[in-house]
Amino acid sequence: MTYIKPAFRHPDLQPNAIGFHKKDYEGAISTLCAGCGHDSISSAIVQACFDLAIEPHKIAKISGIGCSSKTPTYYLGQSHGFNSVHGRMPSVATGAYLANRNLKYIGVSGDGDTASIGMGQFVHAIRRNLNVVYIVMNNGCYGLTKGQDSATADEGSISKKGQANPFEAIDLASLAMELGATFVGRSFSGDKTQLIPLIKAALSHPGFAFLDVISPCVTFNNNKGSTKSYDYTREHIEATGTMDFVPFEQEITVDYPEGSSKSIAMHDGSIIELSKLANGWDPQDRMASFMKIQEARIKGQILTGLLYIDPETKDLHQMLNTTEKSLNQLEANVLSPGLKSLVDINNEYR
Amino acid sequence: MKPTDTSNPEYYHKVVDCQYACPAHTPVPEYIRLIAAGRFTDAYMINWESNVFPGVLGRTCDRPCEPACRRGRVEEEPVAICRLKRVAADYKDKEDVSNLIPKGPFPKNGKRIALIGGGPASLTVARDLAPLGYEVHLYDEQIKGGGMMRTQIPAFRLPESVLDEEVNYILDMGIDTHFKTYVSSLKEILDKGYDAVFVGTGAPKGKDLKLDNRELLSSNVHIGIQWLASVAFGHTTKIGKKVLVIGGGNTAMDCCRTSRRLGGDDVKVVVRSPFDEMKASPWEIEDAQHEDIPFHNCHNPKGFLVQDGKLVGMRFEIVEANYDTGKRRLIPTGEIVDFEADDVIIAVGQENTFPWIEKDLGLEFGEWEMPIVDKTTFQSTHPKVFFGGDAAFGPENVITAVAHGHQAAISIDLFCNGADLKDRPHPMTNLINQKMGIHEWSYDSAVVNDLRYKVPHADKKQSLKDRKMEVELGFDFDLAFQEAQRCLNCDVQTSFNFDKCIECDACADVCPTDCITFIENDDEADLRLKLKVPALNQTQDLFVSETLPTTRVLIKDENVCLHCGLCAERCPTAAWEMEKFLYKTAKAG
Repeated sequence: MTYIKPAFRHPDLQPNAIGFHKKDYEGAISTLCAGCGHDSISSAIVQACFDLAIEPHKIAKISGIGCSSKTPTYYLGQSHGFNSVHGRMPSVATGAYLANRNLKYIGVSGDGDTASIGMGQFVHAIRRNLNVVYIVMNNGCYGLTKGQDSATADEGSISKKGQANPFEAIDLASLAMELGATFVGRSFSGDKTQLIPLIKAALSHPGFAFLDVISPCVTFNNNKGSTKSYDYTREHIEATGTMDFVPFEQEITVDYPEGSSKSIAMHDGSIIELSKLANGWDPQDRMASFMKIQEARIKGQILTGLLYIDPETKDLHQMLNTTEKSLNQLEANVLSPGLKSLVDINNEYR
Repeated sequence: MKPTDTSNPEYYHKVVDCQYACPAHTPVPEYIRLIAAGRFTDAYMINWESNVFPGVLGRTCDRPCEPACRRGRVEEEPVAICRLKRVAADYKDKEDVSNLIPKGPFPKNGKRIALIGGGPASLTVARDLAPLGYEVHLYDEQIKGGGMMRTQIPAFRLPESVLDEEVNYILDMGIDTHFKTYVSSLKEILDKGYDAVFVGTGAPKGKDLKLDNRELLSSNVHIGIQWLASVAFGHTTKIGKKVLVIGGGNTAMDCCRTSRRLGGDDVKVVVRSPFDEMKASPWEIEDAQHEDIPFHNCHNPKGFLVQDGKLVGMRFEIVEANYDTGKRRLIPTGEIVDFEADDVIIAVGQENTFPWIEKDLGLEFGEWEMPIVDKTTFQSTHPKVFFGGDAAFGPENVITAVAHGHQAAISIDLFCNGADLKDRPHPMTNLINQKMGIHEWSYDSAVVNDLRYKVPHADKKQSLKDRKMEVELGFDFDLAFQEAQRCLNCDVQTSFNFDKCIECDACADVCPTDCITFIENDDEADLRLKLKVPALNQTQDLFVSETLPTTRVLIKDENVCLHCGLCAERCPTAAWEMEKFLYKTAKAG
C-alpha cells in the first residue's frame, strides 16, 4: 500500500464544541520523509484548531515553496489554502488578509523560504503587523534540494556530508523581536505539549504572531554534529516556562505557586497561563526578553516557549482603519460609490 | 507498568482477537488472506488442521470469533469469518486435499484406543491419533459417523454430502468403526484391554416439559433433538399444519424451520425470555424470521390443551422481565394466552446422561451427575478414561468439541507414552517481517471501508419445499474476495524496537485511530486514562515499551489498531516493523 490513510477513527473520539470531529481538521497523508519534524507540527496545528473549535472554513493557510510549504496539504483539508511562490507567502497573506479580515490566517514557511529568498517579505509582514500566525518550520537546511546549509544553520553545525557551516546563523526569533513583532515564540516539533498551546495562543493573538519551530530534517540534518537534530535539540532545549492556553469559555483550574506563574488575558477573552517560569522571566517586557534570548544564544541553549507577547497590539486593519466587512461581502454601491463621490473627492483637492 | 514481553507467544496471540476467541485457535487471518489470493485448498488445509470440519463449521459454527473481530469495534459488523471458511471448503480442489491429508496405513505403535460416540470430539481424537499409529476403535449407535452434526443439524443448513466428505476424511485413515453399536457398559469396553478410552457421547437427552396434561399425550408432543434426529434419518417426514416450538435456542430455530419444510404452515416459536435475551444466534433467528416464523416472547408455558385425548393447543402465561435485583426474574402477570396446535416441539435444552457408566469403576461423578474431568487434560478420575465435547462439561458447540478432542488426543498420547499429562506441548509460533520496500508490504495493508457482504440465499418458496435443499448458497468468488478484504490482518503485528526509536512522533501523528502515545510511565489504571484516547476497553492490552531516552515510554493500546502499517511506514528508523505472527496450537505427537 502507499499513502492510503484508513477512514476509521477511534470510536471513542468526541466532536469539539461546534460539532466537528478531529478528522474534519486533518488533511491528506504526508508525502514528506518518514519522521520529518514538519509532520509533527502539522499534527499540532490540527489539534490546536480542533481544540479551539474554529470552523474549518474560517481558516486560510498560505505557504511558499519548500518541504515546509508543502505541509498545508497535510492538515486542514477543508480550509482555504494558497500555495504561492518561493518566499512570497507574506505578500499573498497580506493580500488575502486585506481582502478578508474575518478568517484566521496560518502562514507556513521554512528557513529557506523565510530567511533567504523571502527575507524582504518577512520583515515587512512583521512591520505591518498582519494578523497572521507565521510558522517557520526550521530545520537549518534545504531539505528539498538535498540538504545544503540554510541561513538559519548555526555556525559550526556539521552537515550530513561532514562540512562545518562557516557562517553565522540568522536567528529569526531575535529578528522578529527587533522588528517589533508582538508575539514571538519558539518551540520544537518533538514537544507537542508546548507547541500546541503556543499555536493556540498565536491563533488568539490579534496581530502578527511569529513561531520559530525547530523541526529536524531526518534525511539531511539529523546527523551527529548537526545543531538541528532531534538529539541535539533535546539536549540543549531550555524552556522559558510551561504554558497552558485557556479558551475564554473555560475556567482556570490549576493553581501555581506565586511568582512562578503569570496569566495573560487575550483580547478574545482567552487566557494564556504561564507556569514554572524561569527566574524573573516576564514575557511582556520586551527589553528583558530580548536580553534573555541573547544570553541563551551565547550559552548555546535553545530557548523555547512564549518569548514575548504584547496582547494590546494594533494590527494592519486597525492601523489603516479599513472596512470590518470582507471585500466579497461588500455591496456594489459601497465598493463603487458612483460619480458623485468621485466629484466630492476631487473637489477636496481643488 | 513493566515493559511488555512480546516473546511470550500469548501476547501477540491475544492481539489476533478472532484466533484467540476460537476454542481451536484457528489462524483466521492467515486463511482469509489465502482465500483473497484464490488459494482455497491451502486455506482449507489450514482450517482442516486446526478445526477438522471446515465445511461443516463454515455453515454451522457458533462463531465465537465474530463477536471478537476487531472490525466490529471500528464499524458495525465483523468480518464474515464463518462464511469465508465455507468458501475455502466450497472451492477447494478435492483431489489436492485428499493428497494433502495423511493417508494410511500408518505404521502401528501397538496401542489401542476406543472412542465412544462418533461426533466431532471423538472424530478429532481419531484424526489426531490414527496417523501416530494408534489402533482406533470408534463406537456409535447410529449408522454413520458425525454424531450431533448429523442428527441435530438439519440438511438445509448442512448438506449430508458435506458432512460425509469430512467425516470420511477421518474414517478413511483406517479407523475401526463399530456403528449401530450402543455401548451399554463402560466396563465391557475397558475389559477389552484398550490402552485408553475417550468418551464423546455428547448431551443426548432433550429436556421435556412436565406440565399439565403432558402425561395424556404420547404422540404430537416431540422432544426437539430426538425429533430432529428422526427427521434426519427419514423416520419422520410430516408434521401438522399448526406447530408450536417451545424454546429460544438454536435447536428451537432448527425445529421451527424444519417444521416449515414438513408441512407446518402456521409455525410459532414461543419463548419464556424476552426477544433480546434468546439464546439462539442472531443469524439463526434472522433466518427463521425470514421464513415467516413469528416469535412470541415472554410466554411461560403452563400446560397442554387436550380434547378427546388429542392435543389441540397449549396455554401460556405472559411474564415480565424484571432486573431490579441485578439478576433477571420473570414475573408472572396473570394474563393467559392459548395457542392452537397440531404438534408441539419442545426445545428447552439438553442434558448429559451416563446410564452406561458403572459407578464402581473408580470414575467419580460430581455435581449435576457429571463426571469429574480435568479442565486441561480431559482425564477423568479413572486414569484410562478421557472425556471431551458436550460429554465433558455439558452442552457447548462443535468447535469446542473439536478443541476438546485435540487436547484429549494430546493427553492420551502422553498417557500411552508414560509422560506427564500436565506437561503440555508448546504452540508453534513464527514471526516474519512483512517489509518488501519503502511503501510495500507482503500483506494487503490498505483498510477497505466496505460493509459486511450478505450471503446469497436460495429462493424461499423452493427451499421450503425441500428439507434437504441448502438455504445459504455461499459467497461466490467476487463476494468472497470482497469480504476477505475486510479482514484487518490482525496477525500482522506492529512490533516496536525501543532502541531504534528517535521519538520523532511520526507514528503517533499518523496513526488513524490514535493508538500510540509517548508518555511518562505510570500504573496501568492511570495510564489508561492519560492516553491520547483513554483506553477504556479493559479486555484489550496495552503494549508498553522500555524507557526511551526522554524518560518516556511508548504505549500502544491494542484495542482498535487497524494493522494498517502506517506507523511502520512513517517510522524513519524502522523501530516499528510489521511482522506476521503465526500461532499454531500443539497437536498430539
